[in-house]
Amino acid sequence: MPEVTPETPPETTRSPAAPLPEQAPVQRELTQADIDRQIARERQAYEKDLAGGAEPRHHPPRDYAPYRSSILRHPTQPPVAIDTRLDPEAVELSSPAFGRTDVTELDSDLTRQHQGEPLGERITVSGRLLDRDGRPVRGQLIELWQANASGRYAHQRDQHPAPLDPNFTGVGRVLTGDDGSYSFTTVKPGAYPWRNHANAWRPAHIHFSLFGTAFTQRLVTQMYFPGDPLFAYDPILQSVTDEAARARLVAAYDHDLSRPEWSLGYRWDIVLDGPAATWIEEGR
Amino acid sequence: MSPQTPPTPPTPSHTIGPFYGYALPFPGGPDAAPHAHPDTITVHGRVLDGAGAPVPDALLEFWGPDAEGQLPQQGGSLRRDPVTGGFLGRNGVDFTGFVRVATDADGHWAIRTLRPGARGGHAPHLSVCVFARGLTHHLFTRVYVPNGDPASAAADPLLAALPPERRTTLIATPGPHATHRFDLRLQGPDETVFLEFS
Ligand SMILES: [Fe+2]
Repeated sequence: MPEVTPETPPETTRSPAAPLPEQAPVQRELTQADIDRQIARERQAYEKDLAGGAEPRHHPPRDYAPYRSSILRHPTQPPVAIDTRLDPEAVELSSPAFGRTDVTELDSDLTRQHQGEPLGERITVSGRLLDRDGRPVRGQLIELWQANASGRYAHQRDQHPAPLDPNFTGVGRVLTGDDGSYSFTTVKPGAYPWRNHANAWRPAHIHFSLFGTAFTQRLVTQMYFPGDPLFAYDPILQSVTDEAARARLVAAYDHDLSRPEWSLGYRWDIVLDGPAATWIEEGR
Repeated sequence: MSPQTPPTPPTPSHTIGPFYGYALPFPGGPDAAPHAHPDTITVHGRVLDGAGAPVPDALLEFWGPDAEGQLPQQGGSLRRDPVTGGFLGRNGVDFTGFVRVATDADGHWAIRTLRPGARGGHAPHLSVCVFARGLTHHLFTRVYVPNGDPASAAADPLLAALPPERRTTLIATPGPHATHRFDLRLQGPDETVFLEFS
């Protein structure tokens, strides 16, 4: 299974036969029903906050128990606020730059990185990279990684008994165009199991890494495919408790982007959060 | 864009997961300092979770100015080799200001970059972005690199606003050979100060 070592909390790495230390509480493996209840509780709490007048929460809380790896890895102190309007010299208002040396033309076509062609459904994923004012983010780096069509990553630690594909690595990168546009050609990734709880499966997804015009806008996220029956069961997608926000992680099938007798087209626009140095942009 | 236009809702964050290792780290990623540059420093430390255990699958990014306090707008961090489809490494001359490093099995990381210069009223520091499996949304922090001028640290707007016991979580500890130790604690009594920008 994928994520064997890292996704397995200590109490479930123990084989059933291994004796438990005297003091250790014996914990049964969590079931999907347990996780479903936790997900529902988190959502109800959020909806109650919304009804009470709270602002919509666009990002997942870092403390989200149904995704069990979050339990020991989230800060308990609130973040310290920095108002960048009062601090135009803040390092975080600028961003690393990437250029033509950092990306080759083949990097955006994940189906052409080996001798042969990968197995699976050939797709394109296209869209625009924007800031919260709807302005395009130009010439910036987008990186992407994914499992192959069988749901297996080309990663040593992924031991899901699904075949590796010698013609697919699953890594791509591209620089956005002047209108913030990007496009990748790849194959549709498969769903895969993980060890968050018993019978846990991730819906098919592509991981994305994005830079903006300011380091404050840095984003790593995952894109999903429309209509996946696994959405409701997945604590990672459900960690985004706001329904409209969750929907923004799902690409749209766009028939106009499908190429006859070649590939199916998906559209996914990405909007970066966080303050940007608007005065720099206007001076360009 | 008129100021009346409501901001577009952002794309939510997600965890980086456990399998970014063959996609995001790149040769030369931790080594941003140009070859033999006299202002080169090493910054290193560990990433620890709320139980004090090492986090072996965190990815850290650093962004900061050169020794004069200038922020580069220079590509070339992850130069690609069009012949092999692999990486060429940095060119050893240009400073891009961007560092990416993954933690090892002990949760340890080490980077070589230029000693950051002071900017505005700030004490010298690098911006840090932390990603990890289990972290649903990245964390921002800063590593302040002492320059031997206590007045500069005292005047820094962020450091000055923090209680002393929390302030120290942002300040690297100088060691021999221009090394600086900086541990990141994601949770617990000595939790690192994390930042939110607006
Ligand atoms: Fe994944």
